Amino acid sequence: MARLRKALTPYLMILPGGLWMAVFFVVPLVFMLSVSLMTGNIIDGFKQTWHWQNYADGFHTYGDKLVRSLWYGLLATVACIALAYPAAYWIAFKGGRRKSTYLFLLLLPFFVSFVLRTLAWKLVLTDNGPLLGPLRSHGLLPKDFHILDSGFAVVSGLTYNFLPFMVLPIYVALERIDYRVIEASYDLYAGRTQAFLRVVLPLSLPGVFAGVIMTFVPVASDYVNSEVLGGPNNVMIGHIIRTEYFDNSSYALASALSFSLMALLLVGIFAYARALGTEDVLEAAGR
Amino acid sequence: MRGRPRPAPDPALLRGLTTRRGFLGAVGAVAGAAALSGCGIPGRGGNGVVTQADIDAYWRGRTGKGHVNWANWPGYMEDDHSTIKQFSKETGISVTYKEAIQEAADWFGKIQAPLAANQSIGFDLMVVTNGIQFTQLVELGYLAPLDHRRLPNFARYASEKAKRRAYDPQNVFSVPYMSGLTGIAYNTRYVKEPITSVQQLFDPKYKGRVGMMSDSQELGNFGMFAVGADPEKSTEADWKRAGEVLRGQRDKGIVRKYYEQGYIDAVTKGDVWLTMAWSGDVYTLSSPDVKFVVPKEGGTIWSDCMMLPKTAANPVDAIRLMDWLYEPRNNAPLTEFINYVTPVPGVQDVIRRQAAAATGKDKADLDRLATSPLIFPSAEEYAKLRTYRALSNAELPRYQKVFQTIPQGA
Repeated sequence: MARLRKALTPYLMILPGGLWMAVFFVVPLVFMLSVSLMTGNIIDGFKQTWHWQNYADGFHTYGDKLVRSLWYGLLATVACIALAYPAAYWIAFKGGRRKSTYLFLLLLPFFVSFVLRTLAWKLVLTDNGPLLGPLRSHGLLPKDFHILDSGFAVVSGLTYNFLPFMVLPIYVALERIDYRVIEASYDLYAGRTQAFLRVVLPLSLPGVFAGVIMTFVPVASDYVNSEVLGGPNNVMIGHIIRTEYFDNSSYALASALSFSLMALLLVGIFAYARALGTEDVLEAAGR
Repeated sequence: MRGRPRPAPDPALLRGLTTRRGFLGAVGAVAGAAALSGCGIPGRGGNGVVTQADIDAYWRGRTGKGHVNWANWPGYMEDDHSTIKQFSKETGISVTYKEAIQEAADWFGKIQAPLAANQSIGFDLMVVTNGIQFTQLVELGYLAPLDHRRLPNFARYASEKAKRRAYDPQNVFSVPYMSGLTGIAYNTRYVKEPITSVQQLFDPKYKGRVGMMSDSQELGNFGMFAVGADPEKSTEADWKRAGEVLRGQRDKGIVRKYYEQGYIDAVTKGDVWLTMAWSGDVYTLSSPDVKFVVPKEGGTIWSDCMMLPKTAANPVDAIRLMDWLYEPRNNAPLTEFINYVTPVPGVQDVIRRQAAAATGKDKADLDRLATSPLIFPSAEEYAKLRTYRALSNAELPRYQKVFQTIPQGA
């Protein structure tokens, strides 16, 4: 009996989480994969025809939007690292007793709805608004210059909305560094730059990696920012998938596009892990 | 975990299964293969034809329960809900009113799954624009057929236009709530010439200052006006010509943005200088700078229609509310607030009488309303207006391929 219980224990422990993932992740995913190979429409129904052409059609019509989404995702992720690293560094090493206050301040925008924050940007960035209006009236900007409805606005919005996802893991990685290790590097005649490059930076890279996964993936599939802040040439793939699914009820094409995006994101993430020399992605992220 | 020795498996437990991983893999593969070759998603079309027997069958034995849940668009009810309150006072039926609908396609996406499963969507009365989603709701059999014996006010007070609608002949599934015109709004601080033509939306001198609508029917209609086609009777060849012109307009950078709702804010602030617009929005804005015109090539008239989802819990109370709204004295306050075209022409007399009795600013507002061609279009204006083209199930994907891809940059 005891042996049986021992053998069953791992199954029982995985059961709740496993069921959760099976019901809400694996089953829908397999179903969507199946839908992505169907043909039909909502009135006559969809039939499984193994129609791989859906993928080709998706790439043919929206391939450039897929590429643009990855590109915007990359830009926003890099911008996030550039903004988040110094902030996380400062909080971790110079924050002193107020560390948690500073972290709370970083998270504060999260208590305001995502859509509302993005809409607020519109007020600030509008052509004759508080930012551009005065600059323009003093002749500092060309007459046609505008920020709203441009790629710059979309990438900025993405960066802003996902910044905390980058700060937190980097902060956690930096926070965990034993300060004595840094002191040891000074004892070994490392300068401040060397100590940072050869001790602090390598030790914090897993945090950066976790941050990249947590920003790049949702950023590349985001659709709110491109919808609110972008113009006709800044449409991202998330917006297209949403329209194809909900507005057009073309379930097959939307599913095919979703899987294409997923495949590209996985390839991107694994290529990045490879380049970073991390053998096991999840291990690095979870460390 | 990797490399750690696994505890010795109990032979009895694992009989027939090789390893944990192998077991899970096998289960996954079987389930996956079964699901992948699944039988598909059944169609539910062909429910658009209804006989008197169907109507009787739907309404037989149904009685009022004293409550209505109503889903409507923003800005379609006085802020203090006075019309609803008046209805509740007169009939004893309480109303829960929600501004749940922002966009027809989006709303359809939300209610499609429960309606397909024959479940309640939480609303007894909803307002949907005549257009693609309206047709789909009818085709899929998601709407309750209306019993016109319960709509005496509609028969007595509705305008001829409201009673004869190509997209819902005999008013089987819907009656109009409000109608509006789609035309051009422009800001006279920036646009120094009168706007009279659709062609001006395509003028390169307004590069980056033109707003268009993202809705594929609205956008398509204006493309067709631009190439001289009548959207109502358009052919696929017309769509393609219109699509080309609209793509050119986009690719030359003339279009600043394709709007769902936000254009009125943008044209007021000057982000765009001229834009496709709905009459009521511009009327309500009542800004001295922003003007609305129906271009000489034509504009469109659309109707937001009241309908009952077939799974409505309180259809008897909901149809009573529909009918009540058609009485001119009940409809007038709504029209005064919403500023769109009412399906009840008698409202004009009610407002005139109110204007005669009022003084000062109230009188001026009511006079402006009673005489506005945007609220009560004249016969000549109606002649310029077209309705959306009805799209069959076969035509729809071809239409969408031409027009819906334009705002998406493809």
